[in-house]
Amino acid sequence: MIGAFLLSGIVLGVAMTIVAYMTWLERKVAARLQNRIGPYHVGVPHGWLQPLADVLKLIVKEDITPRAADRLLFNLGPVLVVVSALLGFAFIPLARGVAVADHPYSLPFFLAFASLSLLGVFAAGWSSNNKYALLSALRLVALVTSYEIPMILALLVPALLAGTLSLSGIVEAQRGLWFAAYPLIGQLALLLFLICALAEGNKSPLDLLEAESELIAAYNVEYSGIKFALFYAGEYAHTLATCTLAATVFFGGYLGPAPVPGVVWLVLKSAVLFLAVLWIRWSLMRVRIDQALRLNWLVLLPVALANVLLAAWWSVRG
Amino acid sequence: MGVPPVTVEVVEREFGELALNMGPQHPSTHGVLRLVLHLSGETVVRAKPSIGYLHRGVEKLSEHLAYDQLAPVYERNDYLSPTANSLAYCLAVERLASIEVPRRGRFMRAFVAEWQRIASHLVWLGTLGLDLGGALGGGTTLYMYCFREREKILDFLEALTGTRFHTNVNMIGGCRYDLDAATAAWSERLAAAVEAALPELHAMSGDTPIFRERTRGVGVIPPDLALAVGVTGPTLRGSGIAHDVRKDAPYDAYGELPLSVPSRSAGDAEARFQVRIEEIRASLSLVRAIVAGLPAGPIFSRKPIKNPKATKVPAGEVYAAVESPRGELGMHLVSEGGPKPYRLKIRAPSFCNLQVVEYLLPGGLVADVVAILGSLDPVMGDVDR
Repeated sequence: MIGAFLLSGIVLGVAMTIVAYMTWLERKVAARLQNRIGPYHVGVPHGWLQPLADVLKLIVKEDITPRAADRLLFNLGPVLVVVSALLGFAFIPLARGVAVADHPYSLPFFLAFASLSLLGVFAAGWSSNNKYALLSALRLVALVTSYEIPMILALLVPALLAGTLSLSGIVEAQRGLWFAAYPLIGQLALLLFLICALAEGNKSPLDLLEAESELIAAYNVEYSGIKFALFYAGEYAHTLATCTLAATVFFGGYLGPAPVPGVVWLVLKSAVLFLAVLWIRWSLMRVRIDQALRLNWLVLLPVALANVLLAAWWSVRG
Repeated sequence: MGVPPVTVEVVEREFGELALNMGPQHPSTHGVLRLVLHLSGETVVRAKPSIGYLHRGVEKLSEHLAYDQLAPVYERNDYLSPTANSLAYCLAVERLASIEVPRRGRFMRAFVAEWQRIASHLVWLGTLGLDLGGALGGGTTLYMYCFREREKILDFLEALTGTRFHTNVNMIGGCRYDLDAATAAWSERLAAAVEAALPELHAMSGDTPIFRERTRGVGVIPPDLALAVGVTGPTLRGSGIAHDVRKDAPYDAYGELPLSVPSRSAGDAEARFQVRIEEIRASLSLVRAIVAGLPAGPIFSRKPIKNPKATKVPAGEVYAAVESPRGELGMHLVSEGGPKPYRLKIRAPSFCNLQVVEYLLPGGLVADVVAILGSLDPVMGDVDR
């Protein structure tokens, strides 16, 4: 019991630190892609104290709640986003048999908590009493919830191939071959998952919830100070959780050559996936909502369904 | 103003639609344009542009300053192509007062104007990227690369004129700064550099499927609508009407220069994008032709101006127009013979082009609003003056 508390404390602390430094990494990578330098002056070398400065600034800023906002939901939104994104880490196996919550149904649990964060975003968009935020909340209902379906179907493929819904079971099933290396089935599932994760994690080209140039800052337009910081942290925690999940179910999670501990392998794989997400995010423009929906219902969903059937046939046969 | 006030409350009460105030503080309205959108879901039902947030009374100010003091004032109108504004003014005064401009001076004016056209189009491409991609996505990347090229042009203009932006190169009767051999060589190098960067910029915009999806068939302006509203410039040429003031009513050196007028017939945002990209190329070949064919001689035909208020222009009325990066920029000048204009009316291309928005936006989505606005390239300083 005490061990579980200690482990969850360590996982939380490490995850939040990584989240803070993901913002720094993202700014650096984006700057390099754009022929800039990025944060440089706060902390030598290369502005490594910038995340700390950002957090301090956001904490001391005035916390504003609009008079016309629904106070309960308005305050609940950011908390829900952060908590649900962080809860997902509990199910990620860090080494053989080591996870905060090693549950036989950890994959569905993870997805359930990840979806809770959408509820937080919706609460924020709805309760802000702002039209841009409202439009963002409506987009969430139309778009992100529909992207959940192919995402879950894509994650069913590793579950089918491993024959279990437990994340540690899925990792152990990849001892011979990563699921990402399974010809066609695994790669299709990975691709589908990444596309849907862009929509879920609100990243360009599917960042329609935030859509800075259309809806300004959309669902978090009325937030400031620490609540905005929570959204910000929640978004990155969500991205980190997604990347870690992809590393776990497609790239063998903590598996790797022996002398290096499994956690390091997991972090490394997640980091590579995060860099891929950054690369996509900072190179592509945003699609329109009707195009995003058409892509989902007419392409992703049928392909995901066919892929699940293929994976089922493969696992039954083999 | 004659326009009934459009308030959000009225729209929601009377029409039962969601009224969305887009602007004047909005990242994609290119300054302080305000659009009152009537939305049904995310579809725009009606759109009313509301302008005037950047009105600075330039036309009235014209009646209070002497002729020789006015050219720099107009450079602040369309602040992305300052030279075009003062050029139209100088042309108007020169026509009314029958002031001859030396041939080299005319070439030099066109030279600076063309470089600024390229710089302006680069800003347009970058901000179109921002509109389509947002500040937290690939749009910024395109924006940064466009501004890198523009920065080189501004550095060059600084070396040529001492100012990066409001070059103040046009004077009544000629041009203020001359081109020496070293700067001419710099111009050649710069043209090569910008031309080399164009495929890269195109790869980030026109070549990507998302960009094509977002612009193709969006904001189609039929030719008759374009003519009825008075659309000019690349926006008109994107609708298949190859009208260009430089070609159809040549001023300055344009009559002697090889000028190609690119046009497209589709009339959508993508066509306007393609026209502007080709215009960058056309302008690059123009500056090369100007450097190659720059005649010798003076650049200014009048005596040095000691007292600007001494300059008098005979009574009369004249209209002079230039092709600014946004379209036909005209100045209608009425003089009563004094040291100041009696009245000056500016025909601003952004103002006329923006009128088409009311017809384009309905039926589209909120995301199309920013794509269409971005493809029209309005400059609010030019709209409101």
